[in-house]
Amino acid sequence: MKNNRRTFIKIAGLAAAGLAVAPKATLASGGHSPVKVNKDSAHAKRWAMVIDTTKINTDEDFAPLIKACHSIHNVPDIPGNQNVKWIWTAPYEQAFPEQLNPHLDDTVKERRYALLCNHCDEPPCVRVCPTKATFKRPDGIVAMDYHRCIGCRYCMAGCPYGSRSFNWGEPREHLDLEALNPEFPTRMRGVVEKCNFCVERLAVGKMPACVDASNGAIVFGDLNDPDSSVRQVLRERFTIRRKPTAGTEPSVYYII
Amino acid sequence: MLERALKGSPRYYGWIAFLLVVIGLGAAVWINQLMVGMKITGLSRDVSWGFYISQLTYLVGLAASGVMIVLPHYFHNYEKNKNMVIFGEFMAIAACVMCMLFVAVDVGQPSRMLNVVLHPTPNSILFWDMTVLCGYLFLNLLIGWTCLSRDRAHMKHPGWLKPFIYISIIWAFSIHTVTAFLYQGLPGRHYWLTAILAARFLASAFCSGPAILLLVMKATEKFTNFQMPKDAVKTLVKIIIYAMCVNMFFLALEFFTAFYSNMPGHMHSIVYLFAGEHGHTEMVPFMWAFLILATVCLILLIPPRWRENQKILPWALAMLIVATWLDKGLGLLIGGFNPNPFGTITPYWPTGKELMVSMMVYAIGALIVTVLFKIATDVKEELNEAQALPCGCSTDDECDCTAEKAEA
Repeated sequence: MKNNRRTFIKIAGLAAAGLAVAPKATLASGGHSPVKVNKDSAHAKRWAMVIDTTKINTDEDFAPLIKACHSIHNVPDIPGNQNVKWIWTAPYEQAFPEQLNPHLDDTVKERRYALLCNHCDEPPCVRVCPTKATFKRPDGIVAMDYHRCIGCRYCMAGCPYGSRSFNWGEPREHLDLEALNPEFPTRMRGVVEKCNFCVERLAVGKMPACVDASNGAIVFGDLNDPDSSVRQVLRERFTIRRKPTAGTEPSVYYII
Repeated sequence: MLERALKGSPRYYGWIAFLLVVIGLGAAVWINQLMVGMKITGLSRDVSWGFYISQLTYLVGLAASGVMIVLPHYFHNYEKNKNMVIFGEFMAIAACVMCMLFVAVDVGQPSRMLNVVLHPTPNSILFWDMTVLCGYLFLNLLIGWTCLSRDRAHMKHPGWLKPFIYISIIWAFSIHTVTAFLYQGLPGRHYWLTAILAARFLASAFCSGPAILLLVMKATEKFTNFQMPKDAVKTLVKIIIYAMCVNMFFLALEFFTAFYSNMPGHMHSIVYLFAGEHGHTEMVPFMWAFLILATVCLILLIPPRWRENQKILPWALAMLIVATWLDKGLGLLIGGFNPNPFGTITPYWPTGKELMVSMMVYAIGALIVTVLFKIATDVKEELNEAQALPCGCSTDDECDCTAEKAEA
């Protein structure tokens, strides 16, 4: 017994000494990542999206985009108001409640508008998150760490666009496990999720899934590059953004 | 001193056993929530916070309200409150614990709760709310326990405690202010986006909190020899009335701002709550019940004749508690989420399971209050302070019971 205790103290002492001298990098994450950046990856200083609502504006138009997005990202189809949505459609008065007038052109009024995370310059969701589970990347994309999220849903209260979903139950119950995309993780219950501007596709040089499926009706590119396709469209066409008074500076623009 | 909580009458044990049963039942439902997720709640994509967080909001007020007894005693040397102070502090301890438990049952991944500490995020008000709640819990434990132990040993309160007491008085305001900031700084939630929200929170806390404490103390008087000094009760009721008047005044300010400015965003939530919108009128009866109860309780409390009638007082206080709960617990939260960012309404109502889990937290709070109040009243009895006299006075009151007896 005495011997055991002595051995234990010896080992504990050695371990403590080891901890004191061990290089920090072996204990904590950070430092140099062994992962190399894909040389084909798409880069931008500020990713932004322009949706041409004159070209794409019915539920039939949007169905393939939503399907592409939701199937690539394993987004479950949950009935009821505890559902998960990354991209969906809404009428004008729900998409732009502050920019409505009673005599709005009928064609504009009857269109459907695609809604998704706006990847704001001043994202309130990032400001309120108590664990940095949601964060803004240097390229402007507001991303989520599903493993860091404690499920407090403060970001949902903070988002003025209703762009975030919470996994109230087990999301995999509502997924076709045969048809999963093995290249993207499914989520667990109790965490928040949302559109990620397809960061995983940009990383290998692909455009976001909805952009690819839109036949050119959605333009995606670098807002900081004056020669980018996005900037060109923004110069030529009249665009609006959702809830300008919220001061969040959304990166999704709508051609009306 | 804790051993005092172990010796009690069969009725005391019966009450403790009842609370343990409620805790057990609630815990079973909470385990169910842990197993299947928060889909057992009535929450949704649009109303993402509900009953749990509204209870946190309300109970932070109860925690903060202890200061309405502590502050007159320490800042103004109001001696009548001397024997009440400990109960305010002990109530705050229970309230802080309940607040933290309501956060714990509300998060989707409770096993990751430590992430808030491991990755401190000063830009998140939730981080600060946790900090101030833990701090207030610690301060009240330290002050309450030290003072009571010294009292029991017939010793003076130590000098080193003074700074902690003064800090705790300021801190009490901070806990409710920070909780208001949780809501107050969010764009797109117009009902919360008002500079007066923190002030409204404090006003409603300083009426509802002391009212709850007074009712609990009245119950304590029934089961122990403890008797509140009459002047302390009178002062506390006056504080409650002033705070309630200020609370209603602040609400009127919100109405003026919304409807005189005619800004749709500011009006929508209020219209939804008090008149209904898009055919959704589920909140209307509750909000009008709040206004009616608030009016009736003020009518009963303001005239000194009624206010000092100990038969009317508990009812008036109960009305005030229900009214403030409907306003701050229910309306504030649901009105903040509705209309949602799309201008539509998603009704929310807590499910039975949600209420069961909440009952568990309340029962834990009641258990803490029971045990701490048992200890405190035992010590007071031993010291013969604030004890009931046969004529209904307290030993702290300067009333001559022998004379009254002779008259009778």
